[in-house]
Amino acid sequence: MLRLAPALIIALLVLPVAAGLLMVLLPAFGYLPALGGHGGSLAPWQMLFAQPGLWRSVAVSFTSGLVSAAIALVIVVLFLAASRGTWLDRSIRRLVSPLLAIPHAAIAFGFAFLIAPSGLLARLISPSLTGWERPPDALIINDPWGLSLIAGLVLKEVPFLLLMSLAALPQLVPEKRLMLARSLGYSPTIAWLKTVLPSLYPLIRLPVYAVIAYATSVVDMALILGPTLPPTLSVSILRWFNDPDISHRFMASAAAVLQLGVTIAALLCWWLLEQLTRLLARGWLTNGSRQRGEIALRVVGRSALLFASITALAALVGLGLFSLAGFWRFPELLPQMLTLDHWQRSGPMLVTPLVNTALIGLISTTLATALVLTTLENEHRQHIQPRRALWLLYLPLLVPQIAFLFGLIVAAESLGVRPQLGLVIAGHLLFVLPYVYLSLAEAYRRLDPRWLQVARSLGVSRSAAFWKVRLPLLLAPLLTAFAVGLAVSIGQYLPTQLLGAGRVTTVTTEAVALAAGSNRRLIGVWALVQAGLPLIGFMLALGLPRLLGSHRRELAT
Amino acid sequence: MPINRHPIRFTIATTLLGLALPAMANPDPDDWQSVVAQAEGQTVYWNAWGGDTRTNRYIDWVAEQMQAQYGVDVEHVKLDDTGSAVARVLGEKQAGNHDEGSIDLIWINGENFAAMRDNDLLFGPFAEALPHFALTNADENPEVVTDFTLPTEGYESPWGKAQITFYYDSAQTETPPKDIQSLLAWARANPGQFSYPRIPDFTGSTFLKQALIELTEQDEALYQPLSESDFETVTEPLWTYLDALHPHLWRSGRSFPDSGPHLRTLMSDGELSLAFSFYPTDAAVAVMEYELPDSVRSYVLEGGTLGNVHFVAIPYNSPHKAGAMVLANYLLSTEAQAEKQSLAMWGDHSVLDINQLDTDAQALFEQGDRHPSELPADALSNTLPEPHPSWMTALQDAWLERYGVN
Repeated sequence: MLRLAPALIIALLVLPVAAGLLMVLLPAFGYLPALGGHGGSLAPWQMLFAQPGLWRSVAVSFTSGLVSAAIALVIVVLFLAASRGTWLDRSIRRLVSPLLAIPHAAIAFGFAFLIAPSGLLARLISPSLTGWERPPDALIINDPWGLSLIAGLVLKEVPFLLLMSLAALPQLVPEKRLMLARSLGYSPTIAWLKTVLPSLYPLIRLPVYAVIAYATSVVDMALILGPTLPPTLSVSILRWFNDPDISHRFMASAAAVLQLGVTIAALLCWWLLEQLTRLLARGWLTNGSRQRGEIALRVVGRSALLFASITALAALVGLGLFSLAGFWRFPELLPQMLTLDHWQRSGPMLVTPLVNTALIGLISTTLATALVLTTLENEHRQHIQPRRALWLLYLPLLVPQIAFLFGLIVAAESLGVRPQLGLVIAGHLLFVLPYVYLSLAEAYRRLDPRWLQVARSLGVSRSAAFWKVRLPLLLAPLLTAFAVGLAVSIGQYLPTQLLGAGRVTTVTTEAVALAAGSNRRLIGVWALVQAGLPLIGFMLALGLPRLLGSHRRELAT
Repeated sequence: MPINRHPIRFTIATTLLGLALPAMANPDPDDWQSVVAQAEGQTVYWNAWGGDTRTNRYIDWVAEQMQAQYGVDVEHVKLDDTGSAVARVLGEKQAGNHDEGSIDLIWINGENFAAMRDNDLLFGPFAEALPHFALTNADENPEVVTDFTLPTEGYESPWGKAQITFYYDSAQTETPPKDIQSLLAWARANPGQFSYPRIPDFTGSTFLKQALIELTEQDEALYQPLSESDFETVTEPLWTYLDALHPHLWRSGRSFPDSGPHLRTLMSDGELSLAFSFYPTDAAVAVMEYELPDSVRSYVLEGGTLGNVHFVAIPYNSPHKAGAMVLANYLLSTEAQAEKQSLAMWGDHSVLDINQLDTDAQALFEQGDRHPSELPADALSNTLPEPHPSWMTALQDAWLERYGVN
């Protein structure tokens, strides 16, 4: 049984993506008998290339993905280099998981409330500093360059890359490297950049690629913050797939293939930049310069990440304020009155989406955790070296959702599987599983093997050792991985919306649906609920081991 | 007689047919008792635009009533664009899913209704057989059986009435523009304080049609299918007008609001001083809910404004047609129509012929004194009918072609 686990995981992740891609590729060339397309034809492509603003959409998707990933990576790297051992380091480490857990849509809403011409920031300085009695007529959100989209993406990517780096760092034993460098006279930040970063980057490379792939094709955040005339490629694709004119369906498939191309091009471009950086940095790494730039790097490293975290938190505070606001004219900083009306009115409507969200999250995460545990245990027993299959694990994170989900629905329909709760859960599993694996694998492999050897030598069977020794010892990382899985599931917009035919509503789909109505007070309520759920998960994950494991605290690693 | 020669075979055949029928056959709207009986216990997936919290809370209220009165479970599937529901039914039909569709009732009108009829995607005729349909007095009120010039032929049931209504903040604007031409002058004098929702939003598209009707000399052409006239010539004045208007709009026309409710939010933020809505009571309800200042006033353009009736329709492959019909019928009840019209719920005007109702029923629609932000009672008398649906899609495409890339 156990030996089948890796194959099962790969099949679960690879087959749906492959089937989805195939069912998008065929209609892109005019072949989809169910919709009356029987032959190879380039008509969908001709129609696509005739769309006004297509290349602008492509350009915005491409650049927002690359630029946001680059900014986020620089922020994280400089922070790690400049803040080791400071109070900032410790508090950010505590904050990073909850920040990671806040869904994209919630951050996007809160960030929009913050930076809009009538938003909190403008109110803070109006009319005292600006003299604005009315909001300025400035195009900030939905700007044609995608700058607000890039900023929103950076806010979400920073905690992810930070968490991935923190997980990878211990195996590099950075203290030793730093000590050596310091003894040779390198200042701390420069020492970290020259001795730790070159070994760290290869370990966080895949997460960086996943970030780029995600950012080039994101839908929910682009709907809220992205440009509108024309929108990003991903948003256009969504609109074309939903067009009543059936010929748009073929064009949308072609556009989905184009999206895949854009993402691949962005990844290639990043790879080239990697090579270029390596060439350019070689000289700097070995030039023996020990101090130059230390101060500037340290200031930027500490302030940039702090600034990003504060922005994310302020966005949440803004959501909270709006969810309680009565009448609130510009430029008043605070509402004239606070009311619980919006919460009370939303209360009854929250029930079904909350139940669905919890159900989908718990089932998909439980399945994912079980599968990951069996794979890791198999790996341990068979003494398999990981790494090789890791790329496959990342497949659902590297292939843009919008490129294969529509195809996946066609594939499911042709097998007679109708959109429903089960399909949504299966869809979530695709994205939850890789994250659970990423969060758990390192802790699992690093667990001191002597614990299990002792157990076996006392005559305990392999499976008993697994249940009675390994799992309790891994309780804390296991719960954290579970919380990460839940957070990923809660944040999913596109898979829920598409695989559930809109009939399976979660707090995320409801929050995004409210975006069109743009009632900020209600959006505040829903986005806060959306952000609150994963936070509860993380608090439980942190609190439970203390409650359950108090009598074996001395064992906990 | 050939049938008598094989009595046994015939019996088997009819029995099998009888067994198969209850699952496959569509309910007969003329046998209302059995429709109601069949509906009980069904779950009706009602696909309705979910962009406005007021419609959402009304649909929620309806769902409660349906559960209590008929044992029908109503689930609101919130759409951001009705076109996506049309696309879904079409996709299901193409994939051969003829009786297990995922949509039971659609809130629809205009070009989406036309598209579904063209592709034979609707169940019917059922609307005129609904017991409450008589309350609309369709003989006197032809708009409840006409949708963007097309006869509905019983394939959709009327639900509510909308008419473009402008509103402005009287504290900031003393004389709002009374027609489309003076709107341009007003926008020049008050740059950045007016806008309309981004096409293809339906409120935005309606603004285009309103402007076109006022600007073009060829009004008759708009009520015939597009193919019978020259689109360029008829719409030429509209594009000239928009080219002149856009630089003076909110964000200089480089970005447009997402929807009608978004216009309301921008009014609430003080970014706009003039806006419009499809719901004549929109501004009054917003004032009551602290969204707009109480200095807001509503009015209708002097030459009249576009108005239409919105409907509900049942896809041909809905597995819960009986439940959907009971729901459509309930939506036409005096109780549900009065609740819909009340400012505390939604404020959408009734499709019933209220003067024909008995006094008790009429009393349900009494709302006491008019809200100061509401329209005067007779303001909606001048309603412009909707053009043929083919114009809507053509206008949307042409707009995106011209202004879709800024």
